Amino acid sequence: MRPDGTGRPETGKVCAKDVNMTETEIAISAEGVRKSYAKAPEGTGLNGFDLRVRAGSVRGLLGPNGAGKTTAVRILSTLLEPDAGRASVAGFDVRTQARQVRRNIGLVGQYAAVDEVLTGRQNLVMFGRLNHLSASAARNRAEELLERFSLSGSAARPVGTYSGGMRRRLDLAASLIVAPPVLLVDEPTTGLDPGARQEVWTAIRDLAESGTTVLLTTQYLEEADRLADRISMLRAGRIVAEGTPDELKASIGDDWIDIVLSGAADAETTRVLAAGVASGEPRTDGPAHRVSVPVTERTRALVELVAALNDAGVEPEDITLRRPTLDEVFLRLTGDDHVTGDGGAVRDGRAAVPDTGPDTAVRDTGPDTAVRDTAVRTKAVRTKRGTP
Amino acid sequence: MTTSAHPLPSGSPLSSLGWALADTWTITRRDLSHWALRPGEVALGWFFPVMIALMFGGLFGGAINVPGGGGYFEFLMPGMFAMTVLFGLETTMMAVTTDASRGVTDRFRSMPMSSLAVVSGRCVADMLNSVVGLSVMVVTGLLLGWRWHGGLASALAAFGLLLLLRFALLWVGIFAGLAVRGPESVTAVQILVWPVGFLSSVFVDPASMPGWLGAIAEWNPLSVTATATRELFAAPGFGGESWIAQNAIPMAIAWPALLIAVFLPLSVRRYGNLGK
Repeated sequence: MRPDGTGRPETGKVCAKDVNMTETEIAISAEGVRKSYAKAPEGTGLNGFDLRVRAGSVRGLLGPNGAGKTTAVRILSTLLEPDAGRASVAGFDVRTQARQVRRNIGLVGQYAAVDEVLTGRQNLVMFGRLNHLSASAARNRAEELLERFSLSGSAARPVGTYSGGMRRRLDLAASLIVAPPVLLVDEPTTGLDPGARQEVWTAIRDLAESGTTVLLTTQYLEEADRLADRISMLRAGRIVAEGTPDELKASIGDDWIDIVLSGAADAETTRVLAAGVASGEPRTDGPAHRVSVPVTERTRALVELVAALNDAGVEPEDITLRRPTLDEVFLRLTGDDHVTGDGGAVRDGRAAVPDTGPDTAVRDTGPDTAVRDTAVRTKAVRTKRGTP
Repeated sequence: MTTSAHPLPSGSPLSSLGWALADTWTITRRDLSHWALRPGEVALGWFFPVMIALMFGGLFGGAINVPGGGGYFEFLMPGMFAMTVLFGLETTMMAVTTDASRGVTDRFRSMPMSSLAVVSGRCVADMLNSVVGLSVMVVTGLLLGWRWHGGLASALAAFGLLLLLRFALLWVGIFAGLAVRGPESVTAVQILVWPVGFLSSVFVDPASMPGWLGAIAEWNPLSVTATATRELFAAPGFGGESWIAQNAIPMAIAWPALLIAVFLPLSVRRYGNLGK
């Protein structure tokens, strides 16, 4: 599915490496896919969706609610027909070769799609039979998967009694009956507690290590950061940026210095000093007594700032130099520069993102309720990726 | 991936029919497993009509005049058989809408299984359920003194008509199950079942109703099947002067046939539209 070079821009140079993929190396591809819903003309559909996922890699499809993540997964899993464009999975067209696509995918939808009344074992045997395994092969496969997902002890219990994490693991197991080369996972950890989330992450990582191509949608930046080799950011039905987590972080340029103070007393001094080396507006976290400063020349800025703080008699508890977090990238790319909250204003809206190509949606920035909602939610799971 | 399980080969038209049958049986067995795992729930479905029959027969029976004389149970039981069949509509609808809202239908659709089997498996399971339900009612009826008087062949024909109506309602249930939003919406239909049940000849002779209401009740497919089975059982009170009462048996075939002709294509289309 190579683009024919007739002007459709690749999504920036961050994905330059993938441009040279040959047909056989691509496990999932979508070109100009469009889908709109009669009932929801605004949002949730796809509007020129392009995707090329290398076989054996894990791709994170990251976007706020209503960006079209689920629509993309449903089209790739043959559950939904696109209005326009082409998509193929494992080399088969989702529209004309649906049966072959279905033989090659495992789908993990947003809900744990298992029978609540049946036991865990009965579920897996049933799905095995429906995958046309012989009775004994289905039983053996069920035991193997129960073992692998640590469900052997609960195999004889009805699924209705399972916890959310167990249900999710059973759901994953049910998607892996015939070891599909491609696994499509739609928001696997939404609504799970942290422990269950870890379980699911481990399961997905193990799969990726065994060579399965995984397309994972998520609205959690941490999840994409941990699991995905490359991330495609989706906004309003199209990809606005793509790259490895590091590339994406680098694409918005600046690094950050975080200064943690012992009390609120020095916050203002620190802020003023920090502004001297900053490439943008420093922000302060009131309750945490933390000042975060965007900088361009990382080492020089750090040395200068430490010296200045020293001269002013400010003794910080901790100073870290770090790359931007994915949510800083995310907020920038999804066009919401106005988020406030415990993190303060994220950025001052300086020059638009480089490397996302001329045809990105970054330009039409503006308040967007869906984006804002997500921004607030992602804050809760935000991790600090420090480089001590 | 320690071992990988390989599906059995498929390809020829014969084997694809074979797989459709095998998949149908797998889906049917899923429902049978539900019976084993939640016997209380299933049994409640089977014994609910028994309760209704005892309630109406015992409590109101004495006050109801059966046309042509005869015991009320003789009149009531064929009506209750039809009512049992009507209750099956809820079973179908509940199962279909639960699977659709929980994503189970989507999982089936994303698998290389026969897409026919999702519906045909449902069909076999629900028909079996109604056969058991009707059997429970027959035993209840026999214990209460109900008998058929028209010979075994006629009695079997009567049960055939009841199952035909059940088959028609199956498609109504599948369509409705796919049309509503989730299991919560089924409650509305459960309530609607009652007016349909009462506005019929199940419990009383439509001749005792106001003229226009009686006419509606007589044309109700439920009444038509009830009247036809009464005729085949040679039970009291199957008569009536109206055209519909005189032609109950052919109409008990025509009505379900019409329902099937309307709702089978609608259900298939609705199922196909899940991908739109």
